[in-house]
Amino acid sequence: MHICNNSWLYKKLLLIITLVFISDISGKKLKEMANISSNFLGIKSPNPFWLASAPPTDKKINVLRAFEAGWGGVVWKTLGSQVKNVSSRYSAVDYGGSRVMGFNNIELISDRPLAINLKEITECVKLFPDRAMIVSLMADNNRESWHELIKKCEDAGAMGFELNFGCPHGMTERGMGAAVGQDPEIARMVVEWVMEKATIPVITKLTPNVHSVVPTGKAVVEAGTNALSLINTIQSVTGIDLDTLVPNPYVAGKSVFGGYCGPAVKPIALKFLTTISQNETTSKVPVSGIGGVSTWKDAVEFMLLGASTVQVCTAAMKNGFRIVEDMCEGLNNWMDEKGYAKIEDFIGKSVDKITHWEDLDINYHITAKINQDKCIHCGLCYIACEDTSHQAINLDYGKPYNTYTIKEDDCVGCNLCKLVCPVDQCITMEEHRVAPEYINWKQWQEQGLPLNDH
Amino acid sequence: MIKNNRLSEAEYKVNFSDIHPPYTNVNAALVDANRCLFCYDAPCTKSCPTSIDVPKFIKQITTANIKGSAHTIFSSNILGAGCSKVCPVEKLCEGSCVYNLLDEAPIPIAQLQRYSTEKAIAGNWQLFTRKPSTGKKVAIVGAGPAGLSCAFNLSKEGVDVTIYEKESKAGGLMTYGIAAYKVTPEFCEDEVNYILSIGGIDIKYNMALGTDITIAELQAQYDAVYLAFGVGLARQLSVPGENLTGVVDAISFIYELRSKGFSSVPVGDKVAVIGLGMTAIDAATQAKRLGAKEVTIVYRRTQDEMPCTQVELDIAMLDGCKLSWLAAPKEVLGADGKATHLVCTKMKLGEPDASGRRSPVETDETFTLEVDMVIKAAGQMPFEALVNGSSLNNKSGKVSVEDKSVTSINGVFAGGDCVNGGREVVDAVQAGKDGAKAVLSFIATNATNEH
Repeated sequence: MHICNNSWLYKKLLLIITLVFISDISGKKLKEMANISSNFLGIKSPNPFWLASAPPTDKKINVLRAFEAGWGGVVWKTLGSQVKNVSSRYSAVDYGGSRVMGFNNIELISDRPLAINLKEITECVKLFPDRAMIVSLMADNNRESWHELIKKCEDAGAMGFELNFGCPHGMTERGMGAAVGQDPEIARMVVEWVMEKATIPVITKLTPNVHSVVPTGKAVVEAGTNALSLINTIQSVTGIDLDTLVPNPYVAGKSVFGGYCGPAVKPIALKFLTTISQNETTSKVPVSGIGGVSTWKDAVEFMLLGASTVQVCTAAMKNGFRIVEDMCEGLNNWMDEKGYAKIEDFIGKSVDKITHWEDLDINYHITAKINQDKCIHCGLCYIACEDTSHQAINLDYGKPYNTYTIKEDDCVGCNLCKLVCPVDQCITMEEHRVAPEYINWKQWQEQGLPLNDH
Repeated sequence: MIKNNRLSEAEYKVNFSDIHPPYTNVNAALVDANRCLFCYDAPCTKSCPTSIDVPKFIKQITTANIKGSAHTIFSSNILGAGCSKVCPVEKLCEGSCVYNLLDEAPIPIAQLQRYSTEKAIAGNWQLFTRKPSTGKKVAIVGAGPAGLSCAFNLSKEGVDVTIYEKESKAGGLMTYGIAAYKVTPEFCEDEVNYILSIGGIDIKYNMALGTDITIAELQAQYDAVYLAFGVGLARQLSVPGENLTGVVDAISFIYELRSKGFSSVPVGDKVAVIGLGMTAIDAATQAKRLGAKEVTIVYRRTQDEMPCTQVELDIAMLDGCKLSWLAAPKEVLGADGKATHLVCTKMKLGEPDASGRRSPVETDETFTLEVDMVIKAAGQMPFEALVNGSSLNNKSGKVSVEDKSVTSINGVFAGGDCVNGGREVVDAVQAGKDGAKAVLSFIATNATNEH
């Protein structure tokens, strides 16, 4: 007890010192910089970087550390009926020597007593009133449970809710989480219950474990949700231990599907986000983007495709909360370079740049060019093209260095050589239009234009 | 004064510890292995005399297929473990790594090769299966890298091999002629045993060609003969005073160092080493590491023409060896029969010679080094008398061959230093492979003719 008290005091002291320090440096502006603050349905945060509802946000100590590190907000780990977790909860996919390219977990919603969670939420909001405090909810599947939970969380000081309709493991078997998000009509019903009671903004989090997120997205927007967030994790098996033959994560000789996230899922998340941003109904509400955001660049990409804020989890779990420093600085510098004064100036700017394949310009033609001054003669472009593409790279044998050149007539401009080349700007794609005018596939067919003859 | 036992055991241990230590853990190896770009028609492979598929064996480290990795290496070079320690990789595989062209450090190929091969030897992994004996018998003269490489590749094909070795241990210059901080005698023994573990190879030790056996005798007993007896002592200086006590041969010096304990090898206070090849470096650095106070390498050309690599020169310079460029020995002076001074002629560079390097030309100037030991390391001499005593066609004692290994005597093949006059271990390994191929083809042709 004595030790406990001491360590509590120590932490309190540290916190005070840190707070003083932060308030001191935040007063000094390095130079004129873009404004990266966010206003999400009235929920303000100093930057658009929130921590996603997950283990990093499941208790006060983590959340205070996150706020001290500079995170703009948190989505508190999902509250609902108290559950029990297993030990051994995470597993990862490593690639080419890099750890945690993909990550999965089989952890359930918060396994702590609701009262403690609520008390800590209140304390965190009090200490950091300028940060977004969203609370993730997954009540039992009836109106009363939802209303009761909403009331308690609002009383605790939540600024917004995020409805967890996406958790793909553990809760679905109980008719919650993804089981709700996968059925637009159930989702609509639950959102209607929530909107009857909630007095603060409601974000509905969508599951990617569907062929399209749009039907559920549309249903919940029609039911009145104030915003959407996506994606939740993707059902997955990250790998199998080749000695025990048990997939990961190993729990006493067994495993289950886990929710996949991390850098590996970002492209999938961006695709789902785009479909929401392009739909007439769902595009009416703001979106918080989630799915493998690890850097400011990832964040900008999500924002360009329509996200107003982004949520991060895996990157923080891999490297700690300090990653937010570069996220803020990188975003700031990029906005300064591009002349964006505030984040609203660029949010959504890439949405209309994703079109239908039928609308692409067939007369656009590029061919690869290898800069011989930069080439290191690794042959990766050659073997990729020769084995798997269009045999459009010429090889002149040399000892020890071969010379590789593009056969322009055979190059279809697929980009593969450029993608595999290890040298920056060694292979570039040069534009050589087939004809000046735009023509798409539909027009091509209508005009009876010729197809390839080989 | 020339004396032994100059240092403590602890000092010897430090001075002769492994100059290229292995990876201490798998992560370190993986970081390097994962950097490899997996080049196509890779420059590293093309720069390896034995054409080891370097990208493949490195990729196999990243996939935790170390057995496959070792198999890839040994398929091309059965002395792949030893070569990973003694190869001048800076002018071979690592020297041509494409990262050099990015001004980045090359992949540490040798260290990665060592990683896989050491595991194979330590675990005695049997990665090759010998074909059933064909009943064909081949004699090999010399159990050095060329002989061992030839023996392994013949035995693999079911040939019964007998190697005649003049020393009491196998490995040749690997065992007797390379700096101890590169390979230890224990390692050489392990490597030889690993090569022999394929079976079908019998080594008869202390059997020298010319004294204990003759080529004719071997021809009578075997289906074919492969000669891989290497080269002999260092080139004579041919200057006055060469016979004074203290003037020694680098090969003998290193041989002694490799076959006896370090403390029993005598070394001078002030040592001059003549020559700047790999052996000269090995002699100079080891003289210093045995406790010589001052070691000066005397070389008749400049750094631009030196035969050793920069990496090797750096080892010598970091050991505190001095360099005397453009200098050639003129005379060794002595007192009481012992060497006391080395008189050198100052040289200048003239026209390029046959090797394309500018040749040294004498000037009138001389200078004198105070010495008590002179180590001769200006190239090794072929066993000229031995070769001339046979009917082998030769060029100043170097056995002449056609198609890489076919000598002038039908059924007798040759390769390695006895043919090329002295090159790298890895060149000898390739020669052994070429020799095995030629021998197999000869045996097959003979078998066809007999039917």
